Amino acid sequence: MTSETPASEPVLVARGITKSFGGALALRGASLAIEAGESHALLGENGAGKSTLVRILAGVLAPDQGELRLAGHPVRFRGPAEAQAAGISVIYQEPSLFPDLSIAENVLIGHMPRARFGTIDRAAAASRVAGMLGDLGVPLPPRRPVRGLSIAAQQVVEIAKALSNRARVLIMDEPTAALTTEECERLFAVVRSLRARGVAVLFITHRLEEAFAECQRFTILRDGALAASGPREAFAPAEVVRRMVGRPLDQLYPQRSSRTGDELLAVTGLTRAGSYEDVHFRVRAGEIVALAGLVGAGRSEVLRGIFGIDPRDRGSVRVAGCVVAPADPRAAMRAGLALVPEDRRQQGLVLALSIIRNATLAVPRAVRHFGLVSRRREGAVTRLWAARLQLKAHRLSDPVGTLSGGNQQKVVLGKWLATAPRVLLIDEPTRGIDVGAKAELHRRLAELRDHGLAIVMVSSDLPEVLGMADRILVMREGRLVGELRGADATEETVMLHATGQQDGARTLAAVPA
Amino acid sequence: MSAAAAAPSRGAGIVGTIGRVREAGLVVILLALALGTFAVNPRFLSAQGVKDILLDVAVIALVAIGETVVLLMRQVDLSVSSIVGLTAYGAGALFAAHPNLPIPLVLVLGALAGGGLGAINALLVAHGRVPALVATLGTLYVFRGFDFAWVQGNQINATSLPPAFLRLATASLGALPLLALLVGLLVAGFGAYLRLYPGGREYFAVGSNEEAARLAGIDVARRLRRGFILCGAIAGLAGVLWLARFGTVDATAGTGLELRVIAAAVVGGVAITGGVGSVEGAALGALLLGTIANALVVLRVPSFWEQTIEGALLLAAITADLLISRATLRMMREGRRGG
Repeated sequence: MTSETPASEPVLVARGITKSFGGALALRGASLAIEAGESHALLGENGAGKSTLVRILAGVLAPDQGELRLAGHPVRFRGPAEAQAAGISVIYQEPSLFPDLSIAENVLIGHMPRARFGTIDRAAAASRVAGMLGDLGVPLPPRRPVRGLSIAAQQVVEIAKALSNRARVLIMDEPTAALTTEECERLFAVVRSLRARGVAVLFITHRLEEAFAECQRFTILRDGALAASGPREAFAPAEVVRRMVGRPLDQLYPQRSSRTGDELLAVTGLTRAGSYEDVHFRVRAGEIVALAGLVGAGRSEVLRGIFGIDPRDRGSVRVAGCVVAPADPRAAMRAGLALVPEDRRQQGLVLALSIIRNATLAVPRAVRHFGLVSRRREGAVTRLWAARLQLKAHRLSDPVGTLSGGNQQKVVLGKWLATAPRVLLIDEPTRGIDVGAKAELHRRLAELRDHGLAIVMVSSDLPEVLGMADRILVMREGRLVGELRGADATEETVMLHATGQQDGARTLAAVPA
Repeated sequence: MSAAAAAPSRGAGIVGTIGRVREAGLVVILLALALGTFAVNPRFLSAQGVKDILLDVAVIALVAIGETVVLLMRQVDLSVSSIVGLTAYGAGALFAAHPNLPIPLVLVLGALAGGGLGAINALLVAHGRVPALVATLGTLYVFRGFDFAWVQGNQINATSLPPAFLRLATASLGALPLLALLVGLLVAGFGAYLRLYPGGREYFAVGSNEEAARLAGIDVARRLRRGFILCGAIAGLAGVLWLARFGTVDATAGTGLELRVIAAAVVGGVAITGGVGSVEGAALGALLLGTIANALVVLRVPSFWEQTIEGALLLAAITADLLISRATLRMMREGRRGG
């Protein structure tokens, strides 16, 4: 059944797929054809319908219209289990793991090896998973529970899980969003070897350079319909972007800071055992400082430490000269700090609540009227920030969960801006956000900076760090190991510091702290 | 909690380690309590004393098996006490009318009736999408209401029950009461199923991340259905055994049992937030609570202190869980950096 497919016949075809949710049409006659042994990029802005199409291919959603063909035969999946049994594996954008189960169980869920009497053969499972993780170059202990793993490690577990199915079609919804360059490279090596075995890979990414480097064919969706499809050679990057957004993108990153003001944030000797050590830096008004480094270098932890979410062992944080009490986010907020967290769905938003409620969560006092929440004030606060950030939403009373990633991020940003912060700490500002919305968020951040906000940004997206930051602080294993000027830094100099091979680079780019 | 710190810092095997620390802790407390009370009053650990405790605990531990399965899925079943009441009276009425019915048949009928009542919960939660707390609170009252309407102030006494049936609760193999042995076997059986079988692991998966379970192709509605039906069936069986143990039954039989069962499970390390726990732990929790109740009697502590102490123990258990999980997370973080 698997080997007889002729090379010319696409292994998976979706034709004329239409799907609506309530009144909103997510897909209108979208089509896609993936051939065995190819990497196929599915591109499009957020809201273009990529994730809906993936969910239909995965059997999670049923299409309203249109047909799916697998190896030439029409198929209709009644659930994810049927799609998996047919050989379609999906890695979803948001890790969908079981925190209480072991890594091995997560990877092999649904097909654990059996011992006598049908019991789970834990030893066999552990050694199989150890082997798979070893092939991926990330030797995590298979018996450890998933709870507490970093997002990058969770992504690796997701990948192993998808691979464990012996899939014919592997769909990856932004697998590299949380990975470092090195981890991405390992993932692509695995993808290449799968392709050589005849597996078809559908790759959803917002990093165009990845699509051009790794994929042979592109399919571009816009507004739920097919915008273009063809071999890579038929597209130039500018053409892809134009097809995705329907207009050319003038400039990818905004201008750098022109003038900086007073020092707003001073971090001195910040230390938390096991996370980061002796972190010093200062940020001025009108300046974006990026913390760069590998995932796990302690960047997010530093932000959490500054904001007082985790207690710290030593060190002090001053905002505009005033010392901020440690381990007290409320004090941090009063001092003028705001933190936009890494994982907006889990930490930044209450998905089921409306945009208005989310946007005003951090300023309960501002929306109160005689002790009660005033709908008028809530609406006013939200509309102000929705307009300034150019939020695109149907109604402000809609649940935040219905927005696209870029607009969700704007709500989180708006929520914090409503507190009138002087220093904005932002963790992975554009993870999982498409090219168009990303450029827009970058412009908004630059505007905020030009209005005198001091911004500390953590990002694993190197082009973003290089394009946005006025200064780049590189962390490695919990320590600050280098400081680069944004205008002079290159991917190489940042990575040399981040990986600890900076000796040659230091003289080139380091600036006294 | 020093045992937690001694666990391997690389993170391997921590799941098992936490479980063992948790259960070992319970055993230590249990032993300390038993020996302490024994020192004051040696009768506490006499053959009869131990037997009394085990008999008192058996029904709670049995119901706790089903409750644990439901709790693992991040659900709850409050209606178990009413199911126990209904099947206890049902079994009594059955014996009163047909004294020669084979006892295993009545046990099976009790489980079936309980399973049927559990199916109502299953329908409400898995298909009606009613939150389990509300759904089973509703059936707790509805089932109890039926019980009252049916029993009408009657009472069934030991005199109308077959002596062989009553011996179920008095017979023993050596020092071990038959009833406790039976419950112990069921605990071991279900414990092994939950630990070792893919089907059993699915209950943990559903409670740990329901959406991920759905995406992984697990039929979540079916798991929920089975869990609630199983919980009802076990409560039904427990109802029949409850009758054997106490010999008399009226419309209030088993009232309040649901909270004691949940308390036992939580003390035994079953997380109310789903995904963590074991039926062995829940049974140990039941044993600990039962031992405390008996110890208080032996130590002549006024009985109204029992509830206070049970409650305090519950809080202590939850605090211990919290501390252990925090310590573990910290350990893993440091292990990650160190390794």
